[in-house]
Amino acid sequence: MTEAVEDAQKPAETEKIDPKFKYEIMKMPGAGKINLCFQCGTCTADCAIARFTDFYKPRKIARMVQLGLKDRLVGNDVLWLCTTCHTCVDHCPQGVEVSSIVRALRNLSVKSRGEMPFIFKNFASNILKSGYVYLMPESRVKKREEQGLPPLPKSNLGDVAELFKATGFAETLETAKTLENVKTKAGSQDG
Amino acid sequence: MAELEYFFFLGCLIPYRLASYEVSARKVLAKLGVKLVEMPEFNCCGFPVAPVNFDLALSLAARNLCLAEQRNMNILTLCNGCFGTLNEANRMLKEDKTLRDKVNGYLRQLNMEFKGTASVKHLVHVLAEDVGQEKMKEHVKTPLTGLRVAQHTGCHLLRPAKRVGHGDNPEDPKILKNLIGLTGAECLDYMDETECCGNTVVGVNEEVPFQMAKEKLDHVKAIGAQALVTVCPSCHMMYDFSQPRIEKAFNASYGLPVLHYTQLLGLAMGFKPEELGLDELRVKPTLLLSQMQT
Repeated sequence: MTEAVEDAQKPAETEKIDPKFKYEIMKMPGAGKINLCFQCGTCTADCAIARFTDFYKPRKIARMVQLGLKDRLVGNDVLWLCTTCHTCVDHCPQGVEVSSIVRALRNLSVKSRGEMPFIFKNFASNILKSGYVYLMPESRVKKREEQGLPPLPKSNLGDVAELFKATGFAETLETAKTLENVKTKAGSQDG
Repeated sequence: MAELEYFFFLGCLIPYRLASYEVSARKVLAKLGVKLVEMPEFNCCGFPVAPVNFDLALSLAARNLCLAEQRNMNILTLCNGCFGTLNEANRMLKEDKTLRDKVNGYLRQLNMEFKGTASVKHLVHVLAEDVGQEKMKEHVKTPLTGLRVAQHTGCHLLRPAKRVGHGDNPEDPKILKNLIGLTGAECLDYMDETECCGNTVVGVNEEVPFQMAKEKLDHVKAIGAQALVTVCPSCHMMYDFSQPRIEKAFNASYGLPVLHYTQLLGLAMGFKPEELGLDELRVKPTLLLSQMQT
């Protein structure tokens, strides 16, 4: 984290700029309009998270994508602070889906660096094991009966495993390292 | 009127932590003539894995949609996250052929194909659009007159507006307010009503979302609401389950009961508090219930 903050404050090194990066992002669902961002800053102004930390700035993320600052974006754990409230999407005057761009960057970070926050690794592993995002304790399953609730449906674990495999995520999950929790006090970004 | 019947998508958080929502929802829906058909072999909607692999999230969502398509049924869910994910996947896959072909490529392994013939509704849409206020009014036996509450609709019922549908205004949501009005309770306006609960990032950072939730609780308390009403298990976890920790973190004291809308409606329909799982709330609504009896 500290490293990412320090990097963000240094001038960009031209050899690390990837002018084609934005096209890579634009191919991902919902991220196609990144070119249209004209940096008005509505997304940051209306961002629920940016209200409470100057660490997360969606406008800056959008600009960094346009400029091709791939090395600073991919694996930057500030990306994990988006709540996906989608206010930025609804408020953007250019129709840029900022939260979809953040999602694309998160997906890309996971894939290319083989790491993700613990919580997501845990969620994904649970889905693979049970079909549900939480492993249901036996006591909870039993209590349903007492409460007059129907039995909890069993998932089709074969189908779930097949989807993990087909999307290539089974492999990612198996070897993924976990990231520490994001510390917002580590520093700030401008803009 | 034809019988209202839906494929019931329960999701994960409700059976894991919030049986009170399921219990109260099943009671009120049955009384209102809504039939819930259990959904065998469903899996997580896909929401929790969208940040790490959106293809997988879409595929998990699409598999659930295919189950509904195969039975020629529409989905009802109680959860904003499940609604947002299933509904968004449904719309994206219908509109974007390239994406649909890709996801159908994954689904082929399961002998499934997404066709886009099912629709997805959240509980509030079923109540407001399909049951309708006339029928709901008929069932309100003990109106909650004098009760003053605030609502938190939650982001994934409202945004992104272009994909959610159902016509609510994300800047000034009205559907849940109107539904609360039908119970006889007064739904108060407060500052920043549409502010996100922040619960989705609690797993990676608690500091920021707790500040967001604190602000919400401050605003709701400031207008003198006796309870906050939610329709999303995730938002509910933030304001009810985490409320003691938020109080501790900010040296504050709220004691604000957070009710599932189905509990509020259930009370107005004449169900007893214990039938609606009100005793399962973390912030006990003892004072609220005693105030209601007087």
